[in-house]
Amino acid sequence: MTAVPNVAEAVEAVVSHLHPTPSWELTDHPLPTGREEVWRFTPLRRLGALLSDAERIGAGLEWDNVLPAGVAIKPISAARARELAVEAPIDRISALAARNSAGGVELAIGANVELSEPIVLTGTGLGGDVAEHLVITVGAFAVATIVIRYRGSAIFADKTDLVVGDGAKVTFVTIADWDADAVHGGHHAVSVGRDAHVRTVTASLGGDVIRLAETARFAGPGGSLEQFGVYFVNAGQHIEHRMFVDHNAPHTVSHVDYRGALQGEDAHSVWVGDVLIRKVAEGITTYETNKNLVLTDGCRADSVPNLEIETGEIEGAGHSSTTGRFDDEQLFYLRSRGIPEDEARRLVVYGFFADIIRRIGVPEVETRLMAAVESELAVLVGGSEEVTA
Amino acid sequence: MSELRISGLHVEVETESGPKEILKGVNLTVASGEVHAIMGPNGSGKSTLAYSIAGHPKYTITSGSVTLDGVELSQLSVDERARAGLFLAMQYPIEVPGVSVANFLRTAKTALSGEAPAVRTWVKDVNAALDKVGLDGTFAARSLNEGFSGGEKKRHEIAQLELLNPKFAILDETDSGLDIDALRIVSEGVNRYAANGDRGVLLITHYTRILNYIKPDFVHVFVDGHIVEEGGAELAERLEIEGYDRFVKAAKANA
Repeated sequence: MTAVPNVAEAVEAVVSHLHPTPSWELTDHPLPTGREEVWRFTPLRRLGALLSDAERIGAGLEWDNVLPAGVAIKPISAARARELAVEAPIDRISALAARNSAGGVELAIGANVELSEPIVLTGTGLGGDVAEHLVITVGAFAVATIVIRYRGSAIFADKTDLVVGDGAKVTFVTIADWDADAVHGGHHAVSVGRDAHVRTVTASLGGDVIRLAETARFAGPGGSLEQFGVYFVNAGQHIEHRMFVDHNAPHTVSHVDYRGALQGEDAHSVWVGDVLIRKVAEGITTYETNKNLVLTDGCRADSVPNLEIETGEIEGAGHSSTTGRFDDEQLFYLRSRGIPEDEARRLVVYGFFADIIRRIGVPEVETRLMAAVESELAVLVGGSEEVTA
Repeated sequence: MSELRISGLHVEVETESGPKEILKGVNLTVASGEVHAIMGPNGSGKSTLAYSIAGHPKYTITSGSVTLDGVELSQLSVDERARAGLFLAMQYPIEVPGVSVANFLRTAKTALSGEAPAVRTWVKDVNAALDKVGLDGTFAARSLNEGFSGGEKKRHEIAQLELLNPKFAILDETDSGLDIDALRIVSEGVNRYAANGDRGVLLITHYTRILNYIKPDFVHVFVDGHIVEEGGAELAERLEIEGYDRFVKAAKANA
C-alpha cells in the first residue's frame, strides 16, 4: 500500500499543523490528555515521570566518552544551552529535559577539524529519573562522526541539539540499547548549515517506551540531510518516531527512510513523518519513506506520512509508507531454490534491515546494528531453532 | 536415469469471479538427457505449468500428478520440491533488497546439498559461474535482483542453474526480452547444463528464436491449457512459418 500525499490546502499557512510551537516555557506545554494530534498514539501513563513537573534537578546519565584530540565536552549554563540550541523544545518532555538538566553539556568540534575516528558517547542509566540537554556544535567545513549509545535503565528526558556549520559533513548516530524497562522520550533537533551534509541514524532497539521527536531545518541553501531509522519492537514495547523536516531554504535535499520490524503481542510502533516545504524553499528535493514488517499477530504499526507544500517550484517531493507481512513472491523465490521457509523469512528480514544499515557508512555502527538484527532473528517468533551463521 | 512425469494435470487459479481452470489435463514425460520445448501463444497456460510444478501458492492442483523419480511433487512444499531436484528459472525473478547474490547463492547451495559449500572452492565456483554468463565479480555483492537489468536477471538465473545443478530445470520464457548477445549467453549456459547428459530441461518459450541456439529433442505445442501437438525440432520450424493460428482455431472449434 502506498499512501496518497496529504497536501496542505492552506497555501498561506506557514505554521505546520503537526509541529507545535517551540518554547522553553513549561507552561506552553501543558500536560497532554492523549486527545491531542501529537499525543494520540502515545501510551501517556507509561511515560510516568517524563511528563511530571516535579522538580528533580541535576540527575543525568553516567557518561563514558571516547573523544579524539581536538574535541572538547564541557558543561554549559542553561542560558548558553538555549542560545546554542537549534530550537526550543517542541514538547513537554523536552521542555522538562531542558529545565531539569539545569544547564547543559556542549560537545564542540571546531571549524575545519576533520576526524577520522568516530566520537563515541555512551550514556548509561542506573535507574531513576534523569534529564540531559546535549548541544553538539560542529564548525564550518568540519568532518565528524558522532555516535551516542544509551544503555542501562532510566526514565530519560532528552533534549539534544545538533548544529552543523556551513560545508560540514556529519554523521550522527544514536543507538537506544536500553534495558527492557527503560522509558526514553524527548526531542532531537538538527540544523543543517549552508551546503552541509548531515546523515542521522536513529536505532531504537530496547526499552519499554521510546518516543522521540526528530526535527530538522536548514541554516542556508544547498544543505542535504539523510535520516535513517531502524527499530525492533517486541511484545509490549512502544516505539514512536515523529519526524519533522522544515525545508526553510532553497535547493536543499532531504531523504528520510525508517524501517521497523514488529513481533509479539502488543508490539506497537508509530512513525509520523512530516515535511514542510516553505514558499522560499524553491528547487528542493525530498523523499520520506517508512516500512514496517509485521512478523506476528497482535502487533500494531501506525505510519503516517505527511507533506505540506507551499511552493510548486520544487525538484521533487514524495513519500511512501508500507506496512505488511512477508512478501509471498520473495518467499517463493527463495524457497524455489531449496531454502526452507523459516530460513527464507529470516533472510528477508535480514535483507530488509541490511538494505538500510549498509548505507550508514560507519563500520562499527553497521556491525553493531547487524548483530542486533541477528539477535532479533534468533528470537523470530515462528522461526525454527536452527539459526544460520 | 531420472524422470519428470506430468500426468492428467489440472490446475486452477483463484479469480475475482471464482476459481478458473488454466491447465486442462497436461500429460508429459521428460527423461534425463532430454530437452523438451513447450511452445504456445500468450495466455495458453505455459507459465502456469511452470509455476504449478514449482509449487507457487497462487495455483491449485485439482487433479493429476507430477512426479520426479516417482516422488509426488504436489505433496511437497516449494523448498522440498527444489531439494528433490527441481529448478525453475523465472520469467520475472523477484527482488530481495539487502540480501546479496553471494549470500543467497551460499544459502541456497547449503540448503540443497545439506552442508555448507567448501569455503576454499565456493567463491571461485561462484565467480566462474557468473563469469560464464558475462557477469563480473562485483555482481556477487549486489542485492538479489535489485536494480538488475532484464538481461542481468536472466543471466543470473542461468548462473544459478550452473551452480545449483538440479536434476531438472524448467525455464520459463528465459528468452523473453533478451537481446541477441544475452540470448546466446543464456543458451550456451543451458546447453552446458544439458551436456551433463543426465539432466532434464523443460524449455518454455513463446518464440522459436531461442531454438536456433538450443536444439530441443521434443517440441510440444501448448494451447488452451494442454498439449495439442507434439513432434521433433522440425515442429518448431513449422511454427516459425505458420504461427499458432491453426492450433488456436482448432482449440476454439473444439471448445
